[in-house]
Amino acid sequence: MLHRNALSRIAPIAVLISGAIFDSNVCAESDIFFDFSGKISIENRWFPQTNLYKHQSHHASGFVFEPEFYFENAEGWSFNLVPFLRYDSADSRRTHADIREAYFLLFGELGDDEWELRIGVDRVFWGVIESNHLVDIINQVDAIEHIDLEVELGQLMAHATWSGEWGVAELFVLPHHRERTFPSRDGRLRSEFIVDEDHPTYESSAEQWHVDFALRYSHNFGPFDIGISVFDGTSREPAYIPRGDLILVPHYEKIRQFGLDAQMTLDTWIFKLEAIRRSGAKNLSLEEDDYAAFVVGMEYTFYSVFDSSADFSVVGEWNYDERGEDATNIFDDDLFFAIRYALNDIQDTTFFLSLMQDREHSTNILFLEFDRRLSDQWSMNLEGFHLINADEKDVQIYPIRRDSFLELRLNYNF
Amino acid sequence: MKTIDHYLGQHAATLLFAFCISLLLGGNLSMPAHAESAEEKGLRIARDADAKEHGFGNYTAQQTMVLRNKHGQESHRKLRVKILEVLEDGNKSLFVFDNPRDVQGTAFLVHTHKEAPDDQWLYLPALKRVKRISSSNRSGSFMGSEFAYEDMTSQEVEKFTYRYLRDEPCGEMTCFVVERIPTEKGSGYRRQLVWFDQDELRAQQIHFYDRKDTHMKTLTFQEYTQYLDRFWRSSLMTMVNHVTGKSTTMTWTDFQFQTNLSDRDFTKTGLKRVR
Repeated sequence: MLHRNALSRIAPIAVLISGAIFDSNVCAESDIFFDFSGKISIENRWFPQTNLYKHQSHHASGFVFEPEFYFENAEGWSFNLVPFLRYDSADSRRTHADIREAYFLLFGELGDDEWELRIGVDRVFWGVIESNHLVDIINQVDAIEHIDLEVELGQLMAHATWSGEWGVAELFVLPHHRERTFPSRDGRLRSEFIVDEDHPTYESSAEQWHVDFALRYSHNFGPFDIGISVFDGTSREPAYIPRGDLILVPHYEKIRQFGLDAQMTLDTWIFKLEAIRRSGAKNLSLEEDDYAAFVVGMEYTFYSVFDSSADFSVVGEWNYDERGEDATNIFDDDLFFAIRYALNDIQDTTFFLSLMQDREHSTNILFLEFDRRLSDQWSMNLEGFHLINADEKDVQIYPIRRDSFLELRLNYNF
Repeated sequence: MKTIDHYLGQHAATLLFAFCISLLLGGNLSMPAHAESAEEKGLRIARDADAKEHGFGNYTAQQTMVLRNKHGQESHRKLRVKILEVLEDGNKSLFVFDNPRDVQGTAFLVHTHKEAPDDQWLYLPALKRVKRISSSNRSGSFMGSEFAYEDMTSQEVEKFTYRYLRDEPCGEMTCFVVERIPTEKGSGYRRQLVWFDQDELRAQQIHFYDRKDTHMKTLTFQEYTQYLDRFWRSSLMTMVNHVTGKSTTMTWTDFQFQTNLSDRDFTKTGLKRVR
């Protein structure tokens, strides 16, 4: 039902908007290139351990529909539309829809340089680290999608880029704030508290319509790829204010964050760094606490191992947050080790195994992934998330100590 | 991708040059000035073949690969290729995957360097992420095919040392057989033998020898067509792996030269714009 509603709402908008920019060309001439592609996934999650909170279930099944519509005119200017829909049988809040992308892309020359303008809803990713996305800040995370916090909600923006031999400068104007997504009462991977995501509070009197700004400069030279950034606006990460005994209300504050991300690619070695300095945010004790955090990492790859075309990579990263126990995420002082075994075969078979070890607590988390293509259009992913140990003093992990899970996803790509 | 780009030569120009030198020296036109070593002749052939390519500017093409295992089972790949000529350094290449559908929109950007390791980036559209990747993957399989990354990227003259071996008939033509040895570490090959036809200095065949010097793969070039009255392109390349019995047929269509591509299409910003 939601599916049909979401689409029927989107489709006319797409036609209208594309009609507006491409003028009468749409009908008159066929110099508008149109492409339709996307993915449908069927997903199953099993939680073998007994639920900690009432109403939670052992099993969740669902599907994801993510089509992509693309229009391009003769100059290469385009409009991109990516709606998203998920249905989840066990968690009513995980059943959700979003507009991941709906933007116009224009670009052109500026002397020896180039300009690019993206206007609308888009997703932007900054960063180089595997275990954590410290610097990445433009988009809100669609946290209910995955605990790795890698999936992003669409963000309304004007994104201007100016690039040349000297590097790339970007300006982001972000007029609207998206709220983070959370599990419902019935969902797994939640704490004993329910997050009241419908009634968030904001430091800014403009609430979710505060206009945020961000700037980024990035460049690559020789083995280096670097980026420096600053964000000024409403935090994507909320503080949680208790209301009564069992409710937490997300509170979004005004922050300023400086970020640095860098990678050095030297032969079989890759060295990575992400660092931030954030001011204006509350810590876990709900006190305003300016802080710095960083992640350093390296990756070594053995190419063509065992006389095959397979690659074997070893990754090591260290996350540090100077707030320590008061850090609002799980990366206060954590080591991350991972191995990736990519067969580079016709099916693109890949194994990934990682271990996160907290240096302050005895928490450790195992994550496993197996990806394989089945045919031109079908592919599969198998994921395992296992809390080997959840330290009682680790207030962010301990509440989900029974929520290890195994997930099987079958994708139809069109 | 210009597996074939540099095999093309400048035979006529070389003759003209030799003629002028001969006139200047008052010498005999038919005799070279000095006896050329096998290494010098190999390098000269490679340079002449490369010089034939100068001035193509840029081109785009569609590529279809059919991957066959030894039981004859097939798998298909479709991609778009964009190549930019860079005079002072190695060429820039962009590969955009259309098929299989799970990697649709994934793009691979290479800045080839004559003297340094290449720079490579991968764009992953699902995460909107541009990842710098190591060029040490060059011996690895390109999309599961029998082509390695090093077979796909721009083959600059400087990436090999050469030795002329012999003349040999190849089909109706006569070929120079030139041995070339990769200079960069991390290559999957100990050496390669290239057959250049003496008419146009086009590669007709390449034998690839692995690190143990086993003749591992053979690449044959067929259906050459000349574009802009100058640039020869093969539209059918077949790579056979003699060790595994697998093969890959690469078919090229829709070659377009000197399009409006520019340097800006081969940057990280341009990579994110790719469809």
